[in-house]
Amino acid sequence: MKPSASNSSGNAFPAPLIACDHLSCTYGNGSVIEGVDLQVHPGEFVGIVGPSGSGKTTLLKAMLGSIQASHGSVTRAAGLSVAYVPQLETVDWNFPVTVGEVVGMSRPQKSWWPGSSSSEREEIEEVLERLGLGGLEQRHIRELSGGQQQRVFLARALIQKPDVLILDEPTAGIDVTTRHEILHVLADLNEGPPQGDGIAIILTTHDLNGLAAHLPRLVCFNRTVIADGTPSEVLQPYFLERTFGAPMEVLQHGGMPIVLEQGGDQLRLRLSRKGAS
Amino acid sequence: MIFAVDFLKPFTYEFFRNGLLIATLAGALCGLIGVFVVLRGMSYIGHGLSHAVFGGAALAAVLNLSYFLGAGLWGLASGLMIGRVARKRIIGADAAIGVITTASFAMGLALQARFGQAKQSIDAVLFGNVLGVFTGDILAVVGVGILSVVVVVTLYRKLLFATFDPEVAGVSGVNVPGMEAVLMVLLSATILVTVRVIGVLLISALLVLPAVTARLLTNSFGRMLWLSPVLGAIFGGVGMYVSWYADVPSGAVIILAGTLVFIVVYSAAGVRRRGRVAGMDHHGPSLRTA
Ligand SMILES: Nc1ncnc2c1ncn2[C@@H]1O[C@H](COP(=O)(O)OP(=O)(O)OP(=O)(O)O)[C@@H](O)[C@H]1O
Ligand SMILES: [Mg+2]
Repeated sequence: MKPSASNSSGNAFPAPLIACDHLSCTYGNGSVIEGVDLQVHPGEFVGIVGPSGSGKTTLLKAMLGSIQASHGSVTRAAGLSVAYVPQLETVDWNFPVTVGEVVGMSRPQKSWWPGSSSSEREEIEEVLERLGLGGLEQRHIRELSGGQQQRVFLARALIQKPDVLILDEPTAGIDVTTRHEILHVLADLNEGPPQGDGIAIILTTHDLNGLAAHLPRLVCFNRTVIADGTPSEVLQPYFLERTFGAPMEVLQHGGMPIVLEQGGDQLRLRLSRKGAS
Repeated sequence: MIFAVDFLKPFTYEFFRNGLLIATLAGALCGLIGVFVVLRGMSYIGHGLSHAVFGGAALAAVLNLSYFLGAGLWGLASGLMIGRVARKRIIGADAAIGVITTASFAMGLALQARFGQAKQSIDAVLFGNVLGVFTGDILAVVGVGILSVVVVVTLYRKLLFATFDPEVAGVSGVNVPGMEAVLMVLLSATILVTVRVIGVLLISALLVLPAVTARLLTNSFGRMLWLSPVLGAIFGGVGMYVSWYADVPSGAVIILAGTLVFIVVYSAAGVRRRGRVAGMDHHGPSLRTA
């Protein structure tokens, strides 16, 4: 979309795009995240994994600048355009907006009249088409499947032609096929030109095997960075236990790590006993 | 022909024509601003502001000041205070607003009891009086109406973004507190110029009824934004006309007309569509009226 601005070789911005330096954040009582050191470079695709309440969303918001650092700092490259796709649960699904209106709202209004110009309409149609949402412009956002809803908000982010795309739990509550679709779209966006857009991507997820293990770079996160590297470096029992607070086993399958929860046997045993009695 | 003459009879009076005009305009204006009031859960702010304005109006009447000066300054001060309290989003923000504005309202009532000679104009603010309007009142509604339309059209995308998704809007470069302030100013100005037509006790209903009815009829923000003023104008005009025959205060008939239309639309809408309104007040008590 913006071949000149950023690509995997990172000519447009001096690395890194976003840098957290000893970052801490608080909502008033006690730090939610503490001493985070994390850098994101042009063309990277970074997954952040951690349990619920570990501060993943907080970290994303700090990187976006929508919440302030209480200690340390976040530095974004000058002129960097960052787009955010929020967690779907935070969206007000009763709000009267159509798919077209959601995508159009993030474009700055150039003239006094708010209606889209023909070039804007073309752009919106192109993005919707690309994300498989063609023909849905007039639909209310509630009248869509979970995967389509996710893609509408992705479309709103893409129309801003970002250098960095930040997504909070983009695959939560979505079935396997849809998850694959979304991952392929993200991979296309991440890939450098000419095929892709070379957009750097940061996302959070709970899905270790379905998503995290496929990414080039993973960050295990629980209040702070516990491990940072490739999936095979990071998905290790030691780091996982420190991140999730529960022992986990890791198998290798076709060169890819697969994480197994320990204690699953005991749970199955308890539940089956309950069924028998 | 006899019937036609009868139906047109009120139009032979200038004060009726003025009243009909201002009721229609006030309905349209409240319908427009009401879209934001309903979608942002600001109806308790509107409710509070109208009560605050009553205090200022009573003070102005007693001190022989102009209504717009007294009520305007008082309303502005309360509006700023409400804005401060509401922005903190602490528990009990609406209770704090209730305290600020009810105190103001109580002051108005006390002044009315103590200085009876100002009673007439205070009564007008309380219950609304369409038939006593002057050209100045009409011009004020027209002025605020034009301002509102210009602001809503030119800031349309930012207002929509900041209302629908303030966090992402802020990240995307929209000045969200600025948009909130703009809407507060428009809401205060709207209440100031329409409260003497509709009445303190009913104004918050007119801010909500056209918008929720429009919401039942459409799923699009853009369409809601013109549908709601059209409905408000109809409520205002029809209510005013009927009140001539019913010999009931116009504000009451306007609200009853709106309520009737809302009930009809609500009943005609499917269960699924009703859900739109039921879930709409998740920001705050947006369906609460006077
Ligand atoms: N606005 C807020 N005010 C106060 N505390 C908050 C706020 N938002 C989050 N928290 C707290 O901060 C901590 C981290 O929350 P955060 O939403 O960042 O976690 P998360 O890793 O994104 O969780 P999840 O996976 O469930 O989305 C939690 O303990 C939460 O209760
Ligand atoms: Mg989260």
